[in-house]
Amino acid sequence: MKKRIVRIIICILVIVLLVDAATRLLMPKYVSDVVEGNLICEYYQEPNKDFDVVFFGDCEVYENFSPMKMWQEYGINSYIRGSAEQYIWQSYYLLEETCSYHRPKVAVFNIQSLQFNESQSEPYNRMTLDPMRWSASKVNSILASMKENENFIDYIFPILRFHSRWSELKAEDVEYMYKSHTVSHNGYYMRIDVRPAGDIPAAKKLTDYSFGDKAWKYLDMMRELCEREGIKLVLVKAPSLFPHWYDEWDEQVTSYAEKYGLDYINFLKVKDEVGLDFNTDTYDAGLHLNLSGAEKMAVYFGRYLKEKCGVPDRREDSALTGIWAQKEVLYNREIEEQRIKYNL
Amino acid sequence: MLFTSYGFIGFLTVLFLLYYTVFRGNQWKLLLAFSYIFYAAAHPSYLAYICFTTLTIYVAGLRIQGIGDDSKEYLASVKDSITKEDKKIYKTGVKRSQKKWLISCLIVNFGILIGVKYVFPVLLTFNANLIPLMDIIIPLGISFYTLQAAGYVIDVYRGTVPAEANLGRLALFVSFFPQLIQGPISRFGDLSATLYEKHEFNPGVFCAGIERIMWGFFKKLVIADRIGPLVAAISGDPEKYRGGYVLALLLLYTIQLYADFTGGIDIVIGIGQSLGITVRENFNRPYFSKTLKEYWRRWHITMCEWFRNYVFYPVSTSKALQSFSKFSRKTFGDRAGKRIPVYLASFIVWLLTGLWHGAGWNFIVWGLLNWFLLMMGEELEGWSDGLEEKLHWREKFAFKAFRVLRTFLLVMALNLFDCYATVGQTLGSFISIFNTGNLSVLGDGSLFELGMSPADFVLAGIGVLVMLAVSLIQRKGSLRERIARSPFAARSLVWIGLFMVILILGAYGIGYDASQFIYNRF
Repeated sequence: MKKRIVRIIICILVIVLLVDAATRLLMPKYVSDVVEGNLICEYYQEPNKDFDVVFFGDCEVYENFSPMKMWQEYGINSYIRGSAEQYIWQSYYLLEETCSYHRPKVAVFNIQSLQFNESQSEPYNRMTLDPMRWSASKVNSILASMKENENFIDYIFPILRFHSRWSELKAEDVEYMYKSHTVSHNGYYMRIDVRPAGDIPAAKKLTDYSFGDKAWKYLDMMRELCEREGIKLVLVKAPSLFPHWYDEWDEQVTSYAEKYGLDYINFLKVKDEVGLDFNTDTYDAGLHLNLSGAEKMAVYFGRYLKEKCGVPDRREDSALTGIWAQKEVLYNREIEEQRIKYNL
Repeated sequence: MLFTSYGFIGFLTVLFLLYYTVFRGNQWKLLLAFSYIFYAAAHPSYLAYICFTTLTIYVAGLRIQGIGDDSKEYLASVKDSITKEDKKIYKTGVKRSQKKWLISCLIVNFGILIGVKYVFPVLLTFNANLIPLMDIIIPLGISFYTLQAAGYVIDVYRGTVPAEANLGRLALFVSFFPQLIQGPISRFGDLSATLYEKHEFNPGVFCAGIERIMWGFFKKLVIADRIGPLVAAISGDPEKYRGGYVLALLLLYTIQLYADFTGGIDIVIGIGQSLGITVRENFNRPYFSKTLKEYWRRWHITMCEWFRNYVFYPVSTSKALQSFSKFSRKTFGDRAGKRIPVYLASFIVWLLTGLWHGAGWNFIVWGLLNWFLLMMGEELEGWSDGLEEKLHWREKFAFKAFRVLRTFLLVMALNLFDCYATVGQTLGSFISIFNTGNLSVLGDGSLFELGMSPADFVLAGIGVLVMLAVSLIQRKGSLRERIARSPFAARSLVWIGLFMVILILGAYGIGYDASQFIYNRF
């Protein structure tokens, strides 16, 4: 009997090890093509998660604000918890999870994702949800995000989802099996190249401009969580020229912010004050800002955070200064690398 | 609930746990409950059909046996006073009463089968509003459980098995979930021997069952479902994909059908084994058959046996055919006169076999073509045997291989009727192989555009080689027994290897359309 139990345990161990190795091999590494899948997990590697400002949202946050610039200009210790097409319920659960590590003074939420009442894309779900550490927040985020063709068990055992990648494995899949690749600077995804905004496609008329119940529900939950935790919630709309941000949408957010006494900044309306020039400050014709644009946004918004929200200057904190100094080296190195890459 | 779904794996896990722990004393009752849950998961309305069938065969079985028992009792009580002639008349009357119950029961059950499987689709062509009702009207696995239920009541009538007095036990025989949707079509005498017994957990037997299930998953997920998209693409557009594409379809569908159906049956038998229940084998390396006749003894064995036992024998021994046999011998002479009634009975069997597979002309023509080729084989057997004897070919490997290949090609061609919706499309597509002149598509990468990448082809090819190797090894004895006798480390290596291969290389999850087993549609 004892021998049998030992054998069973050995078999289970071997299976666990093999499944773990296969999972690590087959999961997308988000290194060379789509790097956004790496953004969420980088937060956990932060040695000090004592951030005063945390941004939540989709590409309109992680490409449009430079935390490094905010640190350099105002000593604001901030982080962006955003990923591609991150839905509002995912932002909510990331905020909830963030609070389990540390309570920020300000939570900045980009309201672009209010337009979605259901998850639109399974691959985007995976990019946000897979890198999250297991917690009640992750479980709830998965349950809120799953599309009809998804199964919860695929999140518990990602190999069930990604096993079909066996035929498209690259050298990087082996290289990054047991290590990760850092792609962001405190959640900011840097691009320094320039592609001026040209003709922006005309906005399509919608049959209904109302945001959905689920989207509102999670905005309410986010607001209530911030109230409970003593966090100031700031709503923003990043200055992306496309996809179109409708006036009807803006009015709904403005009313909501007024109703609950929240700050709401639509950067599309203050882009001249920020100093944005869409001939030089975007790398994809107006969808997202490049480094130049993101740093201008950081200067403008950092001033707001400092003056209106009372976010402290932490440059007196030597431990933090040391961390940011290391980050600055990497930040500047990437700028140099991209200069070479884009021949600038 | 697809056998290859997470839901089914969870369902099985819970069943195994309860079966060998809490419900050890009531295992068959647990199986009945799980069978009904499994069936209701497809659609709750299906339970009405299966319950009705169960009730009818239960009542008919008991009545048939009751009449028989009463008559025996009566004859015993009057054995001294009854004349031989009166006894004969009485027995004929008893048989007639039993037959009435049998026939009524068969008419009701086959009436339902005909109604939902053949009449309802015709009604659909007149009234499209009925289409949403399709899932409710045509119950899952009705073709299989109706044959099984009919087999039971006929066996009771023949006195082969006693009528089951416990309605629940009979309900389990009809609804036993692993074999409900694609067989095998079990006989009551075979399945009941282990279905109702108490089974203690035996790790060796349990693991052997799981091993068989995994082998089934390998065939279904790694081979059949990987080939599936290409088969569906070619057969789905017969106007566009002709010639070389049809040739590819012939081979690939034959492989897919084998991997899918035998894989499904492996899962069924494996589940049975894990529960301590013996389910009949349904295949015996059919693609190694040297003749079509042999093939039909080795493919879908339980269906063929059903038609042989319950259609062929009764038809060939019926009074009408006996009379026809006499007439035939008188008219055509002894040799031909003897064969013609057999061929006629066989014709009926193959017509019904075709119809059982589906309501379309495709299936009828498929059945009749099988009949024609089998009859041709019978007629030419003597001549070919003589020739083989004379030329001393019979024992030569090359000749054996030729016969296997010939049968395989024949089966491939016949399988084409499964792929298309009409006889016209099937024949047109088949002829296009010879007159389209585009055989280059087999090698120029065109097939890679149809849902199977080069990597998929390589993987499916390796999978087929593994299946072939296993079949070849099985000729010299059971491979599974050999594995069972091997050291634990070697056994574990096989199990873990198989598990990892299915896990990584199986065609399941996002990006793949979960497909039902092919035989489920028949």
